[in-house]
Amino acid sequence: MEKKKKIKNRVIFIISVILITAFLLLLQRLLVPKYVDGIVEGAFIEEYYREDKDFNVVFLGDCEVYENFSTVKLWDDYGINSYIRGSAEQYIWQSYYLLEDTLYYEKPDVVVFNIQSLQFSESQNEAYNRMSIEGMRWSPAKVGSILASMKEGEHFIEYVFPILRYHTRWSELTGDDFKYMFRKKPVTFNGYYMRVDVKPAENIPNPRPLGDYSFGDNAWKYLDKIVEKCDREGVELLLIKAPSLYPYWYPEWDEQVVKYAEEHGLRYINFLDHTDEIGIDYSKDTYDAGLHMNLSGAEKCSAYIGRILRDEFGVESRRGEEKLEKAWDAERAAYNAEIERQTEVYGLK
Amino acid sequence: MLLTSYEFIGFLALVIIINYLCPKKARKYFLLAASVLFYATAGLWGLLYIGAITVLVYISSRLIGKNQEAYAVWAKENKAVLPKEQRKAYREKQAGKRLLFLTVAVILCLGVMVIGRIPGLIAPMGLSFYTLQALGYLIDVNRENIKPERNFFKLSLFIGFFPQLVQGPISRYEELAPSLFEGRDFDIKNISLGVWRIMWGFFKKLVIADRLFSGVQTITSDTSKYRGAYILVLMILFSLELYADFSGGIDIVIGTAKALGIDVQENFIRPYFSKSLKEYWRRWHITMCNWFRNYLFYSVSTAKWLQKFSKFCRKRMGEAFGKRLPLYVATFIVWGATGLWHGFTWNYFVWGLSNWFILMLSEELEPVYEKIRGHIPFADKLPYRLFQMGRTFLLVCCMNLFDCYSSVGDTLGMFGSIFTEGNFGILFDGSLAGIGYSLSDAVIIAAGLLIMLCVSLLQRKGSVRERILRLAPPARYALFTCLLVAVLLFGIYGVGYDSTQFIYNRF
Repeated sequence: MEKKKKIKNRVIFIISVILITAFLLLLQRLLVPKYVDGIVEGAFIEEYYREDKDFNVVFLGDCEVYENFSTVKLWDDYGINSYIRGSAEQYIWQSYYLLEDTLYYEKPDVVVFNIQSLQFSESQNEAYNRMSIEGMRWSPAKVGSILASMKEGEHFIEYVFPILRYHTRWSELTGDDFKYMFRKKPVTFNGYYMRVDVKPAENIPNPRPLGDYSFGDNAWKYLDKIVEKCDREGVELLLIKAPSLYPYWYPEWDEQVVKYAEEHGLRYINFLDHTDEIGIDYSKDTYDAGLHMNLSGAEKCSAYIGRILRDEFGVESRRGEEKLEKAWDAERAAYNAEIERQTEVYGLK
Repeated sequence: MLLTSYEFIGFLALVIIINYLCPKKARKYFLLAASVLFYATAGLWGLLYIGAITVLVYISSRLIGKNQEAYAVWAKENKAVLPKEQRKAYREKQAGKRLLFLTVAVILCLGVMVIGRIPGLIAPMGLSFYTLQALGYLIDVNRENIKPERNFFKLSLFIGFFPQLVQGPISRYEELAPSLFEGRDFDIKNISLGVWRIMWGFFKKLVIADRLFSGVQTITSDTSKYRGAYILVLMILFSLELYADFSGGIDIVIGTAKALGIDVQENFIRPYFSKSLKEYWRRWHITMCNWFRNYLFYSVSTAKWLQKFSKFCRKRMGEAFGKRLPLYVATFIVWGATGLWHGFTWNYFVWGLSNWFILMLSEELEPVYEKIRGHIPFADKLPYRLFQMGRTFLLVCCMNLFDCYSSVGDTLGMFGSIFTEGNFGILFDGSLAGIGYSLSDAVIIAAGLLIMLCVSLLQRKGSVRERILRLAPPARYALFTCLLVAVLLFGIYGVGYDSTQFIYNRF
């Protein structure tokens, strides 16, 4: 009798533990931000895992890649199957670990890395850490990214159990939090975040002179790691600086990158030096006064880089691959629908 | 390592597992190693303080113990041989020697404590708590209440048992040592009781105390804006915060010890239900009060100079008052010391003396109160008891104000503003919304306090945890989940919050 009671209690205990764990996991799902409206940047990294992961070109970097290059345009014009693994203010070590993560799944022909993030040698903002890291699937790369990114006051366990980070969101839950608990709607087009509105670049603030223009050791360390990783994996690396007018890209910074690229035999393109050639018109091609390109600017930049990728890096067109054609057709349809939607929202019709 | 940190939770889980995996005899050594590690995380410098005090107390207690043993042998051998006077002279000489060992050790330990408490220096964590605990042990050895511990590591564990290092309680050797050194076997009941108590401590600290903190901080940070009725609000908020914070921390400490199979003394018995200040001090920070009563009050009140003074008073002022006055002198010293133990500032000193003054006045006015009570028909009924509780609570709230401001002038000025400012309208016109609480904060605080009140009421009929453990498993687990979710969702922790230290951490 006693034995039976003991077994019964154990069974109840195990079932209770399972139920409590399930309940807490559901609660966690509910409380984590969904990034489907308003601030959507936190959703970008996660979307990569829905893809087939067979890309020829992978872009790495911050907003200067995910807003300045249209993957749909690259497919349409060059048949280049590309993806952008970028998130807001993505630090260079985060780009490195995303590269590691990407190379675990696939081996692209070319990795395009935007060197804007060289200016940061340590994480500046916990929210940006979250947006870059949370979307990653658990892997040694994710662990590395967390450890390299954590600021003082952040805890590793809060990445493992995000409920500990977002426990206060109970007071700001919306219908979307329930609706997108298990499946989120995509907010990018192969990593490209589209904006069609226009805000001309006027009154660009004068650059503030810096005391020291040298990039930090930590930033260089991770650029070295990116170069080594690409080299080891046989992936070509293209360094770029996207054509954002602000935050200011100092010539002193550019010189250091030029020198580094020369020393390592890398191709480096500063888009700011080629704006005429690309055809960028800062009165029409930016949606936030020169910080980021809008759709028009992004398509021009894509046309430009596509040519380089094809002509200089030999990235071949994959047009004619039935599965890809189908996937891109669907992507283009969604892309055009979004153009339509935004045109209406911003009153551009 | 803060008791509410992730690190502590991880550390505790590991310590509990390894403790029970260790052979029984090795558990105390493992706990000592864990305590050293715990203390080292607060800075290696702190280990020097606790190490110095432990060595000092060990050597002194051994010297005292050896002297006691030698004297006992001598007394046995010479009982029939030497005359009484000679034996008495020898006994007093040996007692003097032991007193010398004790005095030197006490002075050195207090010296270490004073150095550690000098404003501007970083005080090692829990310095005041373990110093008192160590000195209590030494005095007990000298009084022959306990035998001196021969094993240095066991004494080290008694002084530095890690949960107690942060904010007490201040345990007595004979109460803590048996379960601390026994290495009790794994008992799921101890684990359950411990975990429940820890969770309840988290609830009080993270959900109630840390949420109350923002309002307290807002009011105390601007003495020109927040005056008058705001100070009345502050007094109440701070007193509730202090209780939730301190007793929550003690719950975590006692729960931690319980999970390890160790019994630590209670430090609170629903203090805000006290009907007088005297009763309050028997129910608030019990171990500290006991320490001052057992060691300081006893030592002062039996001191020769006070005995002489007592004789003098009785002769000159009559038997009744002449008996009480020396007691007031002794309690004056005890309360002055209690104030200074909290911090070497005039604020704490005046706080201690105000407690002494009110206690003394209550004692002197007791016959008057007795008469008044005789005229109140419902003096033994609930409404009057509630009145007494409310009065005591308000009195405690007033004195807690000394903890809110950094100078006596500011404290008294702010207290005076309650009567001069004439802004009681802010209590009703919505101005309180500006002290840093959102509507959800206010709801959580109110619900948290209500739950704490209900639990306190239930506690009067015995341990709530014991009763919960007797419930059917599904009900028990459901209750635990509710508590866990309340702490998880409504607790103040994580990024964005600079989680406040335990208030009593700084003493």
